[in-house]
Amino acid sequence: MLGSFDFDVIRRSLPYLFFEGMRFTLTLTALAAVGGLVFGTLIALMRLSGYRLLGRVAGFYVDFMRSLPLVLVIFWFYFLVPYIGQWLTGASRPITVGAFASSLITFIMFEAAYFSEIMRAGIQSISKGQPAAASALGLTYGQSMRYVVLPQAFRNMLPVLLTQTIVLFQDTSLVYVLSIPDFLGAASKVAQRDGRLVEMYLFAALVYFTISCVASYCVRRLQARIAIVR
Amino acid sequence: MNYNWNWHIFLEPNPMGTGTYLDLLLAGLVLTIKTALLAWIIALIFGSVIGVLRTLPSRAASWIGFCWVEFFRNMPLLVQLFLWFFVLPELLPKAAGLWLKQLPNAPFWTAAIGVGLFMSARVAVQLQAGISSLPRGQRQAATALGLTTFQTYRYVLLPMAFRIILPPLTSEFLNTIKNTAVAITIGLIELTGQARSMQEFSFQVFEAFTAATVLYLLLNFIVVTAMRWLERYVAIPGYISGK
Repeated sequence: MLGSFDFDVIRRSLPYLFFEGMRFTLTLTALAAVGGLVFGTLIALMRLSGYRLLGRVAGFYVDFMRSLPLVLVIFWFYFLVPYIGQWLTGASRPITVGAFASSLITFIMFEAAYFSEIMRAGIQSISKGQPAAASALGLTYGQSMRYVVLPQAFRNMLPVLLTQTIVLFQDTSLVYVLSIPDFLGAASKVAQRDGRLVEMYLFAALVYFTISCVASYCVRRLQARIAIVR
Repeated sequence: MNYNWNWHIFLEPNPMGTGTYLDLLLAGLVLTIKTALLAWIIALIFGSVIGVLRTLPSRAASWIGFCWVEFFRNMPLLVQLFLWFFVLPELLPKAAGLWLKQLPNAPFWTAAIGVGLFMSARVAVQLQAGISSLPRGQRQAATALGLTTFQTYRYVLLPMAFRIILPPLTSEFLNTIKNTAVAITIGLIELTGQARSMQEFSFQVFEAFTAATVLYLLLNFIVVTAMRWLERYVAIPGYISGK
């Protein structure tokens, strides 16, 4: 019961939890969000490009990724990336990839599928007249995307993109299955070393809860502020 | 790629003595389906109640609904499973905690309930959106006809709202199936777990994961097809996707 609740174990492990664990979690979240957005936008452009084959490939990738559990994808990449690296570099044996690099690649590839659907909706929400006007002005496809369509699509979809990033932040906890010390992994290590599962898991839950709550509150505020009156 | 492919591995006997490796994976698939179905039933029941609570005029009711959704949405599923599995038995009175710990199939029940409650928040949000997308006139007409609040929901609002949210509910059901894989962390040996143990026993990493991938894709395909059929079956003529 709570009578034997040991706050000290939390206090003692705070530096480890935040400077090691939370730093890993936040770095992974930020880099995966940026990478996922870049690749996701490319995939969305492929799907909307009008080239049948390109669109098919992109559509297949998105559907494929979205029908697999993230845990399975994490395992896939963990074992596959060394072989891909070997193939790319022409090394004689599978190369060793660090825990961080492996999970970063996994999350970028996985999130790209989800971000691409958001960006696709964003691009489709731009009225047809805009790219038409852009090409009437003599802008190339690249320029029209770069200066006209994508900035508006990004702005319209910003709240959704940020919400997806909060989901991503929570999902990064799944690197636990590779015994990587992200925030939850670090909490779990301390919990098992000191036999303090209740304290550490409750604390981890509280931290995730607080961060996600504050972040989604900020997204709601932002949504109200940037909403374009139509 | 210098990897020794061996597709015959599926027909070789597994070290558990329960038949071939293929049997191992299929047993995992069955457990995935069982867990997902039970979780989905829990998610639908709680999600419907909470979704309705959030649309009621009563302030207290929508506050309860709000808290429920925020609680289950703002924590990673993995953390929630840990809370149910490791923390809850310790916080209960001794006898109850002991009973919980000695429950046979504890990972299965924890996974189904944990995933179910996690998904219930998402179902609630969808249902709330579905109910509030209905024209205001429907609720008013029901009141004018003298229906009680319960009758209004039972006969007017919910039958329409559930039809409207069928497509997003399909993706939530698919998410439920995928989320059961997280229960690998509390020792549930479902499809991903079986693929992982096959990889550890046989060292045929990619065959094991390929098979699991194919099975997940198949499961997805069946669910999507069945739900498309259901959508057509319950469609109201002259409405949205009606004939």
